[in-house]
Amino acid sequence: MLYEQELKTFVEGTTNFFEVAAQQPASIGSPYLMEGSPSVHEYTGVIKISGKREGVVYFTAPKAMLTVLLMKMQENDFSHETMRDLVGEVANTISGNARRDFGRDFVISVPSVLSGEKPQIPQKPGQRSFIIPINWRSHSAKLVVSLT
Amino acid sequence: MSNGIINGSGKRSYKLMIVDDSNLMRRRIERSQQFEELELVGTAADGVEALELFKRTDPDVVTMDITMPHMDGIECIARLVAMKPAIRILVVSALADKATAVEAMERGANGFLNKPFTDRQLNEAIAELIR
Repeated sequence: MLYEQELKTFVEGTTNFFEVAAQQPASIGSPYLMEGSPSVHEYTGVIKISGKREGVVYFTAPKAMLTVLLMKMQENDFSHETMRDLVGEVANTISGNARRDFGRDFVISVPSVLSGEKPQIPQKPGQRSFIIPINWRSHSAKLVVSLT
Repeated sequence: MSNGIINGSGKRSYKLMIVDDSNLMRRRIERSQQFEELELVGTAADGVEALELFKRTDPDVVTMDITMPHMDGIECIARLVAMKPAIRILVVSALADKATAVEAMERGANGFLNKPFTDRQLNEAIAELIR
């Protein structure tokens, strides 16, 4: 179960990430319930949540968006490994920031990163997932929050 | 801060170690810090690597992530401080709850900077550490 105020924590975390790390605000859409299997972009950073809540938080983005994001961060390495590092770091930062509201018993894992067309997202059957749409410059990405 | 060494121009210099499991973040901190008196002696991707690097390079100043594989930053801080009480440690972490910051400080950290951060915020936090 995920409450509206809890989703707001992730919306605010995503907003803050782009404002500070990318120095350019993103347009964060209203969260909506995911139906069917997850659709992901080329790179996905996954954080497993344990402790008082269980589930996953993942950030999925296309390579083109990550490339521009790296440029805005003054990075000059645009390799596959750096793309993987970046999606993991975004997922880690937004999830870690959520502890401001959830507290330290909201335990986050180190990031695991999936890339490719059909990655398997670890998820319990029947667990509800909310998608937070992210539009930044001309690119679209998603933060997916799935918690019990 | 009194440790470090006096260099040829009479300024005190400090050896810096950067610890973060993200290579991207390690490069970011190295690139963004603007202190001539800091000499980077190495970077580590987790607490175990950091302890090994510490034994080889004896850093004075450390930036330390918390969520890392093998050994997290909280445990690594305690071990570093036990070996070198005068070491100065800035935690650079996404974990934004107060309890984590308090625990890190209780273990011996000297400052706490939340990710994401701007270059200015990083440099202000390091300045607090070495002044």
